Amino acid sequence: MTTTTIDDAPFIEPSTKARRNYLNDEYGVLSWLLTKDHKRIAIMYLFSVTLFFVVGGVLAFLMRLELLTPEGDMFTSDTYNKLFTLHGIVMIFFFLIPAIPAVLGNFLLPIMLGAKDLAFPKLNLLSWYIYMIGGTFGVIVIITGGVDTGWTFYTPFSTQYSNTKVFLTTMGAFITGFSSILTGLNFLVTTHRMRAPGLTWFRLPLFVWSMYATSIVIMLATPVLAITLVLLMVERVLQVGIFDPALGGDPVLYQHMFWFYSHPAVYIMILPGMAVISECVAAFTRKKIFGYKFVAFSSLAIAFLGFLVWAHHMFVAGISVYSAMIFSFLSMLVAVPSAIKVFNWTATMYKASVSWQTPMLYVLGFIGLFTIGGVTGLFLGALGIDVHVHDSYFVVAHFHYIMVGGTIMAYMAGIHYWWPKITGRMYPEWWGRLSALLVFVGFNLTFFPQFLVGYVGMPRRYHAYAPEFQVLNVLSTAGATILAVGYLLPMLYLGWSLKFGRKAGTNPWGAVGLEWATTSPPPKENFHETPVVTWEAYDYPAFLKAMRETQHV
Amino acid sequence: MSDVTLHHGAEHAAEPHGHEHHHPFLQHHFEDMGQQHEASTLGMWFFVAQEILFFGGIFAAYFVYREMYPDAWKAGSHHQNWQIGAANTVVLIGSSLTMALAVWGAQGARRKFTTLMLVLTLILGAVFVGVKGYEYAEHIHEGLFPGASFTYTEATPALTRGVELFMTFYFTMTGLHALHMVIGAGLLLYFIRRAWRGDFGPEYYGPIEIMGLYWHFVDIVWIFLFPLLYLV
Amino acid sequence: MNDFPLFPEQASSVSPLVDGLYLGLVALTGAVSLLIWIVIFYFAIKYRRRPDNELAQEQEPPAALEVTWIVIPTIIFIAIFVAGAWVFFRINRVPSNALEVYATGRQWMWKFQHPSGQREINTLHVPVGRPVKITLASEDVIHSLWFPSFRVKTDVLPNRFRTMWFEATKTGTFHIFCAEYCGTKHSAMIGSVIVMEPTEYQRWLAGGSEGSLASQGEQLFAKYACNTCHMDTATGRGPVLAGLYGQSRPLTNGQVVLADDNYIRESILNPQAKVAAGFQPIMPTFQGQVTEDDLIRLLSYVKSIPAAGTQTQQVESPQSQLQSSGAPTATTTAAPTTAAPTTTAAPTAATTTTNQGTER
Repeated sequence: MTTTTIDDAPFIEPSTKARRNYLNDEYGVLSWLLTKDHKRIAIMYLFSVTLFFVVGGVLAFLMRLELLTPEGDMFTSDTYNKLFTLHGIVMIFFFLIPAIPAVLGNFLLPIMLGAKDLAFPKLNLLSWYIYMIGGTFGVIVIITGGVDTGWTFYTPFSTQYSNTKVFLTTMGAFITGFSSILTGLNFLVTTHRMRAPGLTWFRLPLFVWSMYATSIVIMLATPVLAITLVLLMVERVLQVGIFDPALGGDPVLYQHMFWFYSHPAVYIMILPGMAVISECVAAFTRKKIFGYKFVAFSSLAIAFLGFLVWAHHMFVAGISVYSAMIFSFLSMLVAVPSAIKVFNWTATMYKASVSWQTPMLYVLGFIGLFTIGGVTGLFLGALGIDVHVHDSYFVVAHFHYIMVGGTIMAYMAGIHYWWPKITGRMYPEWWGRLSALLVFVGFNLTFFPQFLVGYVGMPRRYHAYAPEFQVLNVLSTAGATILAVGYLLPMLYLGWSLKFGRKAGTNPWGAVGLEWATTSPPPKENFHETPVVTWEAYDYPAFLKAMRETQHV
Repeated sequence: MSDVTLHHGAEHAAEPHGHEHHHPFLQHHFEDMGQQHEASTLGMWFFVAQEILFFGGIFAAYFVYREMYPDAWKAGSHHQNWQIGAANTVVLIGSSLTMALAVWGAQGARRKFTTLMLVLTLILGAVFVGVKGYEYAEHIHEGLFPGASFTYTEATPALTRGVELFMTFYFTMTGLHALHMVIGAGLLLYFIRRAWRGDFGPEYYGPIEIMGLYWHFVDIVWIFLFPLLYLV
Repeated sequence: MNDFPLFPEQASSVSPLVDGLYLGLVALTGAVSLLIWIVIFYFAIKYRRRPDNELAQEQEPPAALEVTWIVIPTIIFIAIFVAGAWVFFRINRVPSNALEVYATGRQWMWKFQHPSGQREINTLHVPVGRPVKITLASEDVIHSLWFPSFRVKTDVLPNRFRTMWFEATKTGTFHIFCAEYCGTKHSAMIGSVIVMEPTEYQRWLAGGSEGSLASQGEQLFAKYACNTCHMDTATGRGPVLAGLYGQSRPLTNGQVVLADDNYIRESILNPQAKVAAGFQPIMPTFQGQVTEDDLIRLLSYVKSIPAAGTQTQQVESPQSQLQSSGAPTATTTAAPTTAAPTTTAAPTAATTTTNQGTER
């Protein structure tokens, strides 16, 4: 086999002609606040979720500082409890759930489909405002004294015992839920009805497949959380016993209803990460994703099975031995489609043209960390082990490997990969690689010790702990410091690149996909002409040929 | 109002378009009216699916507690006046009928008929919510509103607590339903204005159709609520 | 406990099972993960991009791989499930010869009661080599009782009894943690389990006591006037309770239930829920009148009434206090000197006047 190459230097180099694009099409604050352009809304989301990421990160860092010593001498117990509660709420509801769908999905989905916009641009803008209103509730809660229930709001503690801002917090989460629902609805309809001519379902980028699966989960799970939170608020306000056993309610029912949403919510967070990884793997290996259909359908399988495993959060919570068996079995099954994805990404690299640029470094990090997160999920799904490690730091480590090692790694990969498309500028490559390395090292140092300390016996949500856990906790805090630097660096150099970065061409990576067929940054209407798709997904030669034949070259 | 409408229509008709004739209500990002219509209808169906899950959650909780407190559920439903509930059900079904007729009218560009039907729908909806309000007032008067103001006592404390729980579900479920009705009424006002202006016709009736879908969905929720809360 | 453990002590009969499964999984998943990383980095280095404009060779690995890595992981995952479930059953099946202990969780302490009447707070004394069954309840929010060295944990619920068991295999002092977040001092809701040699344990048991749990329960039985209906002979308005525990009971609605801990609990707190066949639903509820501690005593009494005879052990010393709410840090046995007088006085009057008695 001879090596084939991309022979289209002008295609990768920036065009010298100044073009109108979505960024310079209009100016002024109102042109942003009232925009219906999905790309501008994505930018607004980018700023808002970054803000919440910083808030959540600071909360996490304060927790890590407290945990340097076993005594619990830095904050009071109440303060510490509020820290971890707010960290969870901010990170989950205001960062992880919206991050990839609302930023990258919003920006890219219509472009990948060859559409001018999402199906309902006004709803899209509305979803940002709803998100901001929900976020405002969150900020008000933080300013006015916080909340200490844990992000899970377990009853009867949250309804009868906690004297913090439970109502405001649940209201914030409730409102933000509608923002996700609107985004999900928009994505579903857009994918169904707005595809460019020639773009059949099996020519769709895997990003779209994964976003589609995510949207289904959002649409079917979020309303259940909404009604659960309504019942919680009713109980808290009226002091009636929906979930409080002292008044005749059932606290375990709350857990069922909560996890019916919140387990699928895990997939709301990780599926978009997988979406980004699929794109990056294809781009940085310049190769068709191996087993395209398997990867596509595995997203749907995850979305479906994700609804059937909620009670694996409750193995020791008071469900019967037999329901525990069933949910354990189903939890094992949901691991299969995730494994399929990892294997297919790996196989894609066979005889590929692997680049070591920043996004690919994040991808390698993702696959490594997601694998650890995934296999430790098997530990938790195995009933005998779960009895011991449930509600311990083992669980904390596990879901941080999935959420941070998975979703945030993917988010960082995606931000770097599409940065030239979004801003028209290249980020500084070496800084990018440095931060990817710092994130990887810092992350592992932070969270790997937590697996150990969890199995040894440290319960989660502990303000003070037994002295023998200290060494591992110190390691963890040290890692968190490195991780913080790794996350702060990109904010600086990406900001720097807005002004000083090298100008990016239409397709700076030599990647495949409709987003690389339009200028960087894209025009307001996304494409100068409605594109016609003649190539299969990730078919490099066909894509490059098609590009050569259009005016983009 | 109608003057403005005429101008509005004329303006668009006179506007010289670059390419083929565009319908004035075609949004820029859609290719044609067909795509726009399909997209909005599909969107509404997804929205309804989402609503089903929303109400599904509380129905599930309702059934769990009904299983736990069958006596309280029976006693609680006896506090409901089923005649009023049944009458209200008829009112709501009537409003569904007028809503369906409004959609039919819009498809045929029957401006006055559509408007009339929408107004009737609004009135029937208002009657429903009004009657609901009357029922609420009665319950509150009888001390059946859960929480601190719950003063009603049954034969045993356990039963009292069960009835309070039932009433909590009653108020939450019908309250959420009534909230949907009020939102629907707001939308109706908007559509009455547009229908009167003559916006709708054979090519463009999507919005009023999805309004109809929403209204019918809210009615159907009531069709489930009525027997569960009044008749058990 | 050394200063820097990377592995918890194995101190119970199920610990080796859990650890075996855990280490087995570590080895298996570690090997697979390592393999994946090696393959990825091998590919990433071997097929690194040079020159910059290079395209991949469109040469795929064989498609049969796809089936392989669907089928094999599925089989492995199911095997893990089976192994996990097998251990789970062992953790859940309570041996019949288990020693009974009762535990109550409240914000923020653990109270343990022994059948012989000893009470302790945040400390639990148990003998080595003998299964110990703990019946748990919570007075307020959800807690979770975790013995890391025994590898067992159970959420403690405020609306029903739950059970857990362990058999300590090592003497010594081990951690007790609350694992379910329960409010401000969640991380202070900790204690120690002290595993003793059986002889030592017997000596400990012989220490001060205020009469067995069952005898305390019998007093309560009289105090709440339960005995006016639940008489020793079948002439009462309520069922005879002798020999009831562990039996199947037909109900008025035709169902049959097992008279276990939670059935007795429910019958006290919500008597109308399951009425024994042949009796009227006339028993008043005791919800809000009987504390969790009293429930445990009553349960203990009901369990202790033998089937045939009617004579149970007599109570030696009448007591005025029924509940101990000592300081959370108290660690010794039976310290009932601190009084909690308010909880029980009022309901007594209320219930004695309305004692219709009832089923079962």
